[in-house]
Amino acid sequence: MSIFVDEKNKVVVQGATGHQGVFHIGEMLAFGTKVVAGVTPGKAGQEVHGVPVFNNVGDAVDETGANTSLVLVPARFAKDAVFEALDSGIKTVVTITENIPFHDAMEFVHYAKYKDAVLIGPNSPGIASPGKSKIGILPGSIFLEGNVGVASRSGTLTYEIVNSLKEKGIGQSTCVGLGGDPIIGTTFIDALDTFEADKETKAVVLVGEIGGTAEEDAAEHITEYISKPVFAFIAGRTAPSGKRMGHAGAIIARGKGTAASKIKAFEKADVKLAKFPTDIADLVEEYS
Amino acid sequence: MKLFEYRGKELFDKYGIAVPNGRLVKDEKDFSGLNFPFVLKAQVPIGGRGKAGGIKSAENLNEAKENFSKIMGMDIKGHTVRKVLAEEKVDIKKELYLSITLDRSKRMPLIMASGEGGMDIESVPDGKIFNEWVNPLIGIQSFHIRGIVSKLGLEKEEGKEVAKVISKIYKLFREYDCELVEINPLIIKKDGGVMALDSKVNINDDAMYRHPDIEPELVELTPLEKDAKEKGIAFIQLDGNIGVIANGAGLTMATLDALAHFKGAGGVFLDLGGTDDPEKVMQAFELMKKAKPKVIFLNLFGGITKCDTVAKGVKSVITKEGIDCPVITRIKGMNEDAAKEILKDAGLITATTLQDAARRSSDLAGGT
Repeated sequence: MSIFVDEKNKVVVQGATGHQGVFHIGEMLAFGTKVVAGVTPGKAGQEVHGVPVFNNVGDAVDETGANTSLVLVPARFAKDAVFEALDSGIKTVVTITENIPFHDAMEFVHYAKYKDAVLIGPNSPGIASPGKSKIGILPGSIFLEGNVGVASRSGTLTYEIVNSLKEKGIGQSTCVGLGGDPIIGTTFIDALDTFEADKETKAVVLVGEIGGTAEEDAAEHITEYISKPVFAFIAGRTAPSGKRMGHAGAIIARGKGTAASKIKAFEKADVKLAKFPTDIADLVEEYS
Repeated sequence: MKLFEYRGKELFDKYGIAVPNGRLVKDEKDFSGLNFPFVLKAQVPIGGRGKAGGIKSAENLNEAKENFSKIMGMDIKGHTVRKVLAEEKVDIKKELYLSITLDRSKRMPLIMASGEGGMDIESVPDGKIFNEWVNPLIGIQSFHIRGIVSKLGLEKEEGKEVAKVISKIYKLFREYDCELVEINPLIIKKDGGVMALDSKVNINDDAMYRHPDIEPELVELTPLEKDAKEKGIAFIQLDGNIGVIANGAGLTMATLDALAHFKGAGGVFLDLGGTDDPEKVMQAFELMKKAKPKVIFLNLFGGITKCDTVAKGVKSVITKEGIDCPVITRIKGMNEDAAKEILKDAGLITATTLQDAARRSSDLAGGT
């Protein structure tokens, strides 16, 4: 098993004919993802790597049975794209787009809930279940099939950690990039609950960072509901207050969101913390 | 983007929220249109200006001149005062606190109010702060407003006026893509009516394109940070002396943390993002050089981005323009061996692990 995505996901890519779209459709197909359609308004009839392009998501769903969308459109069109996907019956939406105004994200996050859909992102690198499917822009080469679940707020740092797991022969059930924005659809808590319920996942790795209280919320949740071992790394221990550290969500504001607070919460929840990103693999190896 | 108080108040005025009669004062010669007594307020994008001496009252012209020259040009926590707002004094019956902010966990706007305004909200006990969350799909409704207003201990007419302000700032919060709208204090005047004596308005940077009427103001950035922003490079100046270039915000932060473990201190956070475009890499290095770090630490993980492509960009900058500080590199991932060869060839130090690279960078920088 795996969480959120597997071989049953039939993917439509919104923003299929741009540079990113074309490149990543190729990468996903090579990984084994069932990319069945692309959408770019006005480009119906074209093909990208043999995948048919439609004018809108509704047509793509009707023609191909797509049930999952990957949103790669520019920030100012992202709200429209996510709403369109949800209204066309798509049940899993993975939003890669960065710099979406958070008021837009707030609206589509709640609309996704109302539609009973899984929304990953925005500002997510995507999600991969090795051996099954990869939906997003994560590099396919870093993964290995296995039993560790990974949920993270960042991109490259996660690749680094997943790659170090792979180098030790530790595979992953699913690696989900939750996104670096302040407002995201799927949270650590959602990922933890789903990993807990997944028979294949034996341990969970969380990659957090400064800003907000998602890690503190997760820590409380772990104490109460999660029986599987959890490992974590927190980035930004030395970040100054009031500065946005690259991600829109990575900011210590009004004393809230420090790494110290998150580390303390995880320690209290008996989560094993790594000092350096690559140490996570050692901790997981020791445990297993 | 944080707006200065006076610009926040311009927005309040636009939404029909009363503010004191006042204006920016350019120099000590012209206080026309202002009735004594009034208050002179330093315009800085940071709290605590009152304690720092940035707010002074004036009963007469002499006092106004004297206090104006004290405030104009003063330094408040690293911000030089370049604008001073003069506002007529108002007789206060009661001070309240009111704000709308973003609750990241609930993913909703959060309205906060307290009957104890005028002080730092963090010093008000939780039991005296009242919260209402607004699901953005339904927007603000009367029950939200009633839920807050009924707890503030107000007289009936006062409550009605405060209710109007809440619905107005919610409208402002949504229409201007705000991260924060705060009125502290919102006052009940002695002669009735409510008025906003202060304003804190932050607009989401990512939504600025929707608000062409808001002149961007990069007062919070250093000159090099401004330059970087215009070039679209994530670049933040910090207190230390090691310049960190990495790809991805999380990895860049983790690199800074690793330095701290070995008693080194990052002086620059530079996130290359997903780019391996030689032009961007060159711009990034040029910016880094201007920040004059003692050591540069390049930490790359190649996934989709290929390490050797970035390395080629780095090499071409260094061979073309030279570099006058040591550069420690740590490369991992896609095409790392080719990248290491290119960087060695350019005369850079290649370390094997993050720890090794962080230790060597910190040693070379000699602490801070």
